[in-house]
Amino acid sequence: MAGPRHISVSEASRPVLPRHAKLKYDETRQVWVILAPERVLAPDEIAVEVLQLCDGKRSVGDVADQLAAKYAAPREAILTDVIAMLQDLADKGFLTEIREKTS
Amino acid sequence: MSDVTIPPSDSLAVLEKQRSTAETFGIPLAVLLEITHRCPLQCPYCSNPVELDRSAKELTTAEWKKVLTELAEIGVLQVHFSGGEPTARKDLVELVKHASDVGLYTNLITSAVLLTRERLSDLADAGLCHVQISFQGIEEGLADRVGGYKGGHRKKLEVARWTRELDLPLTVNAVMHRQNLHQLPDMIQMALDLDADRLEVANVQYYGWALKNRAALMPTVAQLDKCTRTVVEARERLKGRLTIDYVVPDYYALRPKKCMGGWGRQFFNISPAGKVLPCHAAESITGLDFESVRSNHSIAWIWQNSEAFNRYRGTGWMKEPCKSCEFREIDFGGCRCQAFALTGDAANTDPACALSPLHETIFKQAEAEAGGETSRFLYRNFAGGTLESGNDA
Repeated sequence: MAGPRHISVSEASRPVLPRHAKLKYDETRQVWVILAPERVLAPDEIAVEVLQLCDGKRSVGDVADQLAAKYAAPREAILTDVIAMLQDLADKGFLTEIREKTS
Repeated sequence: MSDVTIPPSDSLAVLEKQRSTAETFGIPLAVLLEITHRCPLQCPYCSNPVELDRSAKELTTAEWKKVLTELAEIGVLQVHFSGGEPTARKDLVELVKHASDVGLYTNLITSAVLLTRERLSDLADAGLCHVQISFQGIEEGLADRVGGYKGGHRKKLEVARWTRELDLPLTVNAVMHRQNLHQLPDMIQMALDLDADRLEVANVQYYGWALKNRAALMPTVAQLDKCTRTVVEARERLKGRLTIDYVVPDYYALRPKKCMGGWGRQFFNISPAGKVLPCHAAESITGLDFESVRSNHSIAWIWQNSEAFNRYRGTGWMKEPCKSCEFREIDFGGCRCQAFALTGDAANTDPACALSPLHETIFKQAEAEAGGETSRFLYRNFAGGTLESGNDA
């Protein structure tokens, strides 16, 4: 089943795009897009890279680690930006997350 | 082709359709496929033309598949399977499968009453991405009366539950008018209870069947104000939980809507018989010849070059008051179908605009109808409509 609503993205979250939001490279327009109900979003390069790493297994912290290493950039700054972008996507209804079973 | 631009400040910009196509008339991002006009419901505001395509004229399975392949090749990203009732086509699963195979994002716009759980499950397996179910009200008395189909409301609720059980995202389409606007707060709650992700609060647009039923459907100004306040409040309260799209009837506006984003700028649909149309009501405009996917032309050629698409593109066709109006490239003179239906000439200013010489008359007429006694429907069907019995004045 889809994850719970009202997602609050944190370093520990393990987000993933839900079934109804598909990341795709649009060959005609030469741009990455997220296809969603009645919407087409145009994520920028960094957003695309983040979303490609969000597989429901990696945590947001893992993603920040990976990007910080790749770009030799400060991890905290990257983490802040990644959380902000993912929270924006979650608020639009285009992000879900995998959670441990609590019962 | 670089017709999509992304503002650098926003990492998740919504691709506004006009940005993708405005000056170049690049291929639209999404296309509406009205695969049949057959439908078990008889809603008096149906957006199909009054002259419906009979089943013998419908494109075959092979023809629709060819259309889907071609759409994907020319850069369309999403297709909406609609109708009529798209599930009335026996080959729907096959068509959705084909659309998925060629890389299209698929959306089903359905009344839901013909679906079984097994068929919905087959559609999900075929790659269906999203389901939109229309509701006519919040309880079966009114809802079944509006749809002209007994047991319809109960069935819709059942299919909506199956949709979420199958983990398909759900949009509730609530078509609103004078006779059901009082149910809007409960309709929002119903969408939440059904675990929908999106709610479309769509006030009826008055062309075709709805224009014939205008006196029974037109809301009052007070109702509409209340409706808008309800939507604004719910959007704030349900942010991140339920997305609410809102369509207002334009009769009470001072400025017309930018219908279809402007004729031939960002939208086309394909009719059951394969006509490529700038708007799903375009066939109501007489004197325009629409090309078919059965012709020798490609869909891209029809979009770029056909007479019907170019007739009202841009601003060159305009007469006064549109021609010299500072808003001419903002709203493109409103809706061509509405201009034709209400003035007899599609090149006239849409009377929804306060600058139209007919605006005052039509507004007054709508207001009078909204306050009137008529509640009886003319139901939509292939026979040209059937008047509701037993209801009304």
